[in-house]
Amino acid sequence: MNFTLDSNEKLIQEMVREFAVNELEPMAEEIDRSCEFPWANIKKLAELGLMSMIIPEEFGGGGMDFLSLSIAIEEISRGCASTGVIVAVHQSLCAYPIIKFGNESQKKKYLPIMAKTEQIGAFGLTEPNAGSDPAAMETTARLDGDHYILNGSKRFITNGGEAGIFIVFATTDKSLGHKGVSAFIVEKDFPGFSVGKHEDLLGLRATSNCELQFDDCKVPKENLLGDEGQGFKIALHTIDTSRIDIGAQAVGISQAALEASVKYSKERKTFGKPICEYEMIQAKLAEMATRIDGARLLVYRVACMKDEGVQRFSKEAAMAKYAASEASMYCVREAIQVYGGYGYTKDYPVERYYRDAKCMEIYEGTTEIQKIVIARSLLA
Amino acid sequence: MQEGRIISAMSDNEHERFREEVREFVIEHVVPKAADLETNEEFPWDIIREMGKKRWLGIPVSQEYGGAGLDNFSYIIAVEEFSRVSGSMGITLAAQTSLVIWPLYSHGDEIQKQKYIPSLANGEHMGCFGLTENNAGSDAGGTETMVALEDGYYVINGSKRFITNGTYADTIILTASHDRSMGTHGISAFVIEKGTAGFTAVGKEDKLGLRASDTAELLFEDCKIPRENLIGEEKKGFRVFMDTLDGGRISIGALALGEAQGALDAAIQYAQDHELKKSQMVQNEIADMIIEVSAARHMIYHAARLKDQKLRVTLEGAMAKCFASEAAMRVSSKAMNLMGMEGLTKRFPVEQIFRDAKLNEIGEGTSEIQRIVIARQVLGR
Repeated sequence: MNFTLDSNEKLIQEMVREFAVNELEPMAEEIDRSCEFPWANIKKLAELGLMSMIIPEEFGGGGMDFLSLSIAIEEISRGCASTGVIVAVHQSLCAYPIIKFGNESQKKKYLPIMAKTEQIGAFGLTEPNAGSDPAAMETTARLDGDHYILNGSKRFITNGGEAGIFIVFATTDKSLGHKGVSAFIVEKDFPGFSVGKHEDLLGLRATSNCELQFDDCKVPKENLLGDEGQGFKIALHTIDTSRIDIGAQAVGISQAALEASVKYSKERKTFGKPICEYEMIQAKLAEMATRIDGARLLVYRVACMKDEGVQRFSKEAAMAKYAASEASMYCVREAIQVYGGYGYTKDYPVERYYRDAKCMEIYEGTTEIQKIVIARSLLA
Repeated sequence: MQEGRIISAMSDNEHERFREEVREFVIEHVVPKAADLETNEEFPWDIIREMGKKRWLGIPVSQEYGGAGLDNFSYIIAVEEFSRVSGSMGITLAAQTSLVIWPLYSHGDEIQKQKYIPSLANGEHMGCFGLTENNAGSDAGGTETMVALEDGYYVINGSKRFITNGTYADTIILTASHDRSMGTHGISAFVIEKGTAGFTAVGKEDKLGLRASDTAELLFEDCKIPRENLIGEEKKGFRVFMDTLDGGRISIGALALGEAQGALDAAIQYAQDHELKKSQMVQNEIADMIIEVSAARHMIYHAARLKDQKLRVTLEGAMAKCFASEAAMRVSSKAMNLMGMEGLTKRFPVEQIFRDAKLNEIGEGTSEIQRIVIARQVLGR
């Protein structure tokens, strides 16, 4: 068992970290305030190949593995969590299901576009009445000649307002429950598709979190992803995979919070001493670091499992997400404590880390949901 | 049990009647405005005016000085009920009563009490407590704001930071040092009026939460105040502010308690509206939240009751604030998880409460300082 990164992985880590420090961190506060989608960041990331890491080389991607993606996402998120989310959703929630479940013609059509980041990807599963229970979805798809006609709406869709390619889930037969759900590749220009309101969320504010509206939306039948009725399986597998990314994102935010705390605690003096000399502060830093390391290793473990071709990794992915989001909530809360009154203002980044981490805890299943996924695996 | 509130044996009919009165007022005057005040970052003048008619900015102060003539426990109940709906209202009230009126009431002379307290109690004037500085937060005794006696006047030079109500305060309590080498034994407390030459309030902090509460910087440049503006004795100011903080802690604890109750109210409502009550996961979360709120309530009420008995509340106040502030964080965090993505939006009050409640772990003594205070009370210095 090797707990160190190999030279390639280290190179990725260094390269992305440098990029994040120089390009992403300086912009992070501004985009949080303006809620503007960070196209400038995305373009630069695309030039570095970071928007297409897991897309196979034959389609213009980096042909890299999930461990490398996790490393990159952690470093990106450390600089700017909103950017980290965008990168993760584009690759793991949109490109990945096409890679895994798409036919040759779908892959040839969409993956190069996504690799070049000519279009951003998004994942349309959640609905107003189907959040934690996606099988209860009400968006329908009806085959009519050469098209599926989609009707319904999706909510809380990351990248929703800026994406050009969407993986959308709709039920082709409600009576079959989750077995009636199908997946489709929808382009934003398809007739009947529109983007609804932009959500005003606590954190991750520059991720264009929007509603999607389908009003007799015409989707060519060749855009059915996988088979009719396979949609739910596709959704679950994709979500399991993307939990690796969310774990990496949460680890990135945690790391940012820890480093900010270490730095500030050396500078800030009280009662004549830098606060890092006080045991209470030392205890916090130690606990942050330990939780982060634990979470990071869980992320790496499930990334490696995926890369080795292990088919079932729901439990490990949920554990990684759970551990990482708990770690990040601890780190960001304590980071504000380290900064004291200053931590409560927008003069310092810790309050943004705090808001971003909380969103991370809830995205793609709250801690409570992760526990149920883990338990199901243990009891199966 | 109504609305998820646990009644406490520490309360009684009289105090519960007062709570009802406050709750009705809050529902009428605060609920319709709270969200907009936050979004627009507006100071709640209209609400202050209405509160002032009932002398509710000075609930524990005797009517002789223009207060409502009730006790500390009633005041704490009021902070709780206001905070249940608006953390900004809670902190505005708490700063006015605990940090401005109270030091004048307990350490001021008769002239100062008659001069300043009535108009603070009826909301005609706002007040603020200038203790914290850029380089003196937890170490408030390390104040760098200096005072010198010149030609029969005190002349103040320095600045204060993170001062609640600072921009609008007509009456300012502040601490300054005569001689830094004397440490905490060189500090005096003063009262200053807005408009005094050499005093300005600047800047509005851009905060994570409590955005309808004003937080400002105070600047003193050769600010001359008359000798009668000294509160208590010269160089005995440290005691004034430590006593003030002892009581202030309970009010911040009540602020946290109210916010936690507000989050619990929202969570219960959500669980009922979405028919979640049979989910064991939900039952688990709600039960923990109720336990936390109940425990916080008992600690706060206990400290408030002790204060009304004129007992020293250093230990109990610190414990109550420490526990309640951390409980409010756990409760608001859980409430958000219960609501999933919707909890992150402004459709529900919980993301607001989550942001507001974080301050309770920091203001008027961080939880770390509270722990040191608590330990010292028991182990000795």
